[in-house]
Amino acid sequence: MPVTLPHLSRRAFGRLALASSAAAVGGMWRTAPARAAAPTGEPIKVGILHSLSGTMAISETTLKDVMLMLIAEQNRKGGLLGRPLEAVVVDPASNWPLFAEKARQLLSVDKASAVFGCWTSVSRKSVLPVFEELNGILFYPVQYEGQECSRNIFYTGAAPNQQAIPAVDYLLSEDGGGAKRFALVGTDYVYPRTTNQILANYLKAKGIAEADIMVNYTPFGQSDWQTIVSQIKAFGSAGKKTAVVSTINGDANVPFYKELGNQGISATDIPVMAFSVGEEELAGMDTAPLVGQLAAWNYFESIDTPANTAFIKQWHEFTKNPKRTTNDPMEAHYIGFNMWVQAVTKAGTTDHDKVIDAMIGIRQPNLTGGVAEMLPDHHLTKPVYIGEIQDDGQFSVVWKTPALVPGQAWSPWVPETKDLIGDWRKPIACGNYNTVTKACLGHRHA
Amino acid sequence: MRKARTTCLLAALWLGAMLLPGHSARADAFADLASPQFGVVTAAISTLATSDDPQAGAALQALGERSLFAAPDGSVYIRHGENYVEARTGQPQVSVPEGLKPIRLNNRIRTALAGVQAGRDLLAPQPATRLRAADALYARHDPAMLPVVEHALAVEKDAAVRTRLAEVRAATILGQPPAPDALASRLEAVRALGAVGGAQARGILAGVAGSDAEAPAVRREAQAAVSRIDWHLRAWGVAQNAFYGLSYGSVLLLAATGLAITFGVMGVINMAHGEMMMIGAYVTWMVQQAIRASVPALEPVAILVAIPVAFVVCGALGILIERGLIRFLYGRPLETLLATWGLSLILQQAVRSIFGPTNIAVQTPGWLSGSVAVGGMDITLNRLAILVFAGLVLGGLMLVLRRTPLGLQMRAVTQNRRMAALMGIRTPRVDALAFGLGAGLAGLAGVAVSQIDNVSPNLGQSYIIDSFMVVVFGGVGNLWGTLAAALALGMGGKVLEPTIGAVSAKIAILVLVILYIQRHPRGMFPVRGRGVES
Repeated sequence: MPVTLPHLSRRAFGRLALASSAAAVGGMWRTAPARAAAPTGEPIKVGILHSLSGTMAISETTLKDVMLMLIAEQNRKGGLLGRPLEAVVVDPASNWPLFAEKARQLLSVDKASAVFGCWTSVSRKSVLPVFEELNGILFYPVQYEGQECSRNIFYTGAAPNQQAIPAVDYLLSEDGGGAKRFALVGTDYVYPRTTNQILANYLKAKGIAEADIMVNYTPFGQSDWQTIVSQIKAFGSAGKKTAVVSTINGDANVPFYKELGNQGISATDIPVMAFSVGEEELAGMDTAPLVGQLAAWNYFESIDTPANTAFIKQWHEFTKNPKRTTNDPMEAHYIGFNMWVQAVTKAGTTDHDKVIDAMIGIRQPNLTGGVAEMLPDHHLTKPVYIGEIQDDGQFSVVWKTPALVPGQAWSPWVPETKDLIGDWRKPIACGNYNTVTKACLGHRHA
Repeated sequence: MRKARTTCLLAALWLGAMLLPGHSARADAFADLASPQFGVVTAAISTLATSDDPQAGAALQALGERSLFAAPDGSVYIRHGENYVEARTGQPQVSVPEGLKPIRLNNRIRTALAGVQAGRDLLAPQPATRLRAADALYARHDPAMLPVVEHALAVEKDAAVRTRLAEVRAATILGQPPAPDALASRLEAVRALGAVGGAQARGILAGVAGSDAEAPAVRREAQAAVSRIDWHLRAWGVAQNAFYGLSYGSVLLLAATGLAITFGVMGVINMAHGEMMMIGAYVTWMVQQAIRASVPALEPVAILVAIPVAFVVCGALGILIERGLIRFLYGRPLETLLATWGLSLILQQAVRSIFGPTNIAVQTPGWLSGSVAVGGMDITLNRLAILVFAGLVLGGLMLVLRRTPLGLQMRAVTQNRRMAALMGIRTPRVDALAFGLGAGLAGLAGVAVSQIDNVSPNLGQSYIIDSFMVVVFGGVGNLWGTLAAALALGMGGKVLEPTIGAVSAKIAILVLVILYIQRHPRGMFPVRGRGVES
């Protein structure tokens, strides 16, 4: 369903998505009191598994809010299959084992038809066995390290080839400064380590010498960046253009950027390309010293499309706060939720197996003017944008991929997984199929 | 008049130096500024920079300030407040076309603009501006700028700027590819750069030393210079690391002094100590907001105003907590631990509900931003300020404990509660005040860390473990011990970090502390005496 009409409201996008249900809903939702027949019957439960307390609350609370907004809107449009949607919100409290417990509760007690949740990879890894055991559906909205392809998870965030690789391509290009030396700096956990392994292999294939790649890991919540920033400074003064690729997570970014600013490193000296810094993280920073620092995402709040404008407007009205920012994982939930609505409508049931099969091939307009398609490996097609931080805390897009990039579950830049693909369609129906030996490796995810 | 002539000469030199495409079509250069391709924009910038068009300078300046706008038809406008001026002609516009968009910048454009600016500034009337321009050109050592640099050197009168320009010239010469007839000038440039020293010179010289195209004599000379600079850098590196250690130690010290009172002196395991710091940081933010709204002129000193406010707010809150909760739990450490831990969760969630879960932006005033160079070290001003502040807080606390009646009473109550009570000291009041003092000190630490860390409801959690470690390691009940432990842990961490990495350094420090505490359960400076035994 390619949508090319220029002035569709976000509401109208949703309607196109629901064309088959033919619910006659018109006009902007602000001005319209519930015109659709109020949905009746047994509610369909949608689980929301995001931390509302603890360290990850800073990022995940927003995703809970956006899900509530999407569900409320869907109910206003007449629910799903004529039944109302009911959000079941649980708080896994940034505690990884608790994620697994709460996931079990959502699936076996609340009988959630779909669960939207998790942020960190470790939380996803801890709920994965639960979703496979109880055959649930999880929509995971955050960019991650890839190297996983479960039948029960739909990865609506970016795989490494949809964020990290294009970002490095930009840094290598003339427009990005033509970097010849790379400092890969990250927090010490699975996402940065896997991403950096992929990037190091990719950079070597691009002719960057081993000695020109510096890898550094720091503990979670690192707040004293003096030594590392001065190491980066020394590394960058070797006479070659140097860039930093940052997989620093969450809160640790603020003191990192502050230290960069204080030690006098500007974006024109050593640009920092971040994979985990979005509008939300910048909200707590004075961005004037950061102008020109980079981030790679599949969505930026500043992208000017009718769909995005409508989404931001709806978000501000829903949160009653005109300053709340939107970000990439929110768009991922927007896409994921609408895809699930389409799949349930197509399957005519919320039965997990039928919905999982119906999901592949579903197309949903994203907020930046393209169309996301659910691929056989449960990843999406996405555009990749490089944004530079502006002094107003927003990003200005300086580069985008010419076409949508299909997500790859398994990285071709890791020797052990270069022949693997995920394809959940019959007859392969396998998350880690080796295209050389023509064998499915079975239920193994790393 | 003279200045105009030099500008023209400069422009001519530049034209000769940069053989970039697009020079002939000056009229198009303005439209090219709006091109979606950054390469075209960069070329347009060089074209405009070398042109004698009177509008070029204004257009480039507007581009850098993001006040240059492009219309869909390709015409380019400069915005002054509400009004627009056509960039090409300088004519004020009554009406502008629909759909004007600001021309976007990226680092490539910013770099090109900075180069143009530095080239212009080399002939600025103020020596300070010229010196800054020379510094910028030194960092770039762009071979294309050599004629500009040489011209500036020829007309420069100021001795300091001349010295710097000579260094710029050396760096720029080495930025050019080696040519057989340039041996003498390259050798001279290598020697000059070797004398300058510093990481940047080292980078350039290392490039020369490693280049196969370079003459062997030049390479040898460069290699020798690199070794000399390396030795120098290593020596300064040690001093720099010592400063990092001191600075990290001072943050630990600030975080731990409050706990040294509540836990160290009073024996209360206060898990909500970190949350007192968090509240101190939020108070800083509120004071900043209030001052910005009422007296914007005082904004740079808002942080100083926040210091007493945070102390009083957190101190009062501490007294409230002691009266409302802790006093029922004296002598029951396990219950105190659980109750204060619960309290910490309540405070976190309360702040999260009131201020939201996201970080809030505490401003760092200009006088606390940036760094000063001391020899080969960079001393960041906010860290230096915290170091001084930690010293003042510790000194102030010592004075309170040693020289005030409250301090005397606190020490008396700690050493022998019954005896102190019999002497007429109202021990419950002393307990409340002491706890309030500890909480107030945590609030002060919160003001300090708001300048280096992010301020969110989770702020306290990242400091509580370190604070306890400092107090226990230093010896419970001994302020000098707290000082020594904070500095030891800070220094230890920073000495290990460059060699084994931040993660392993953290583990190593924890292991060392555990081993030490096993041998010396009372820490580095145990409190001795009869009072302790009971």
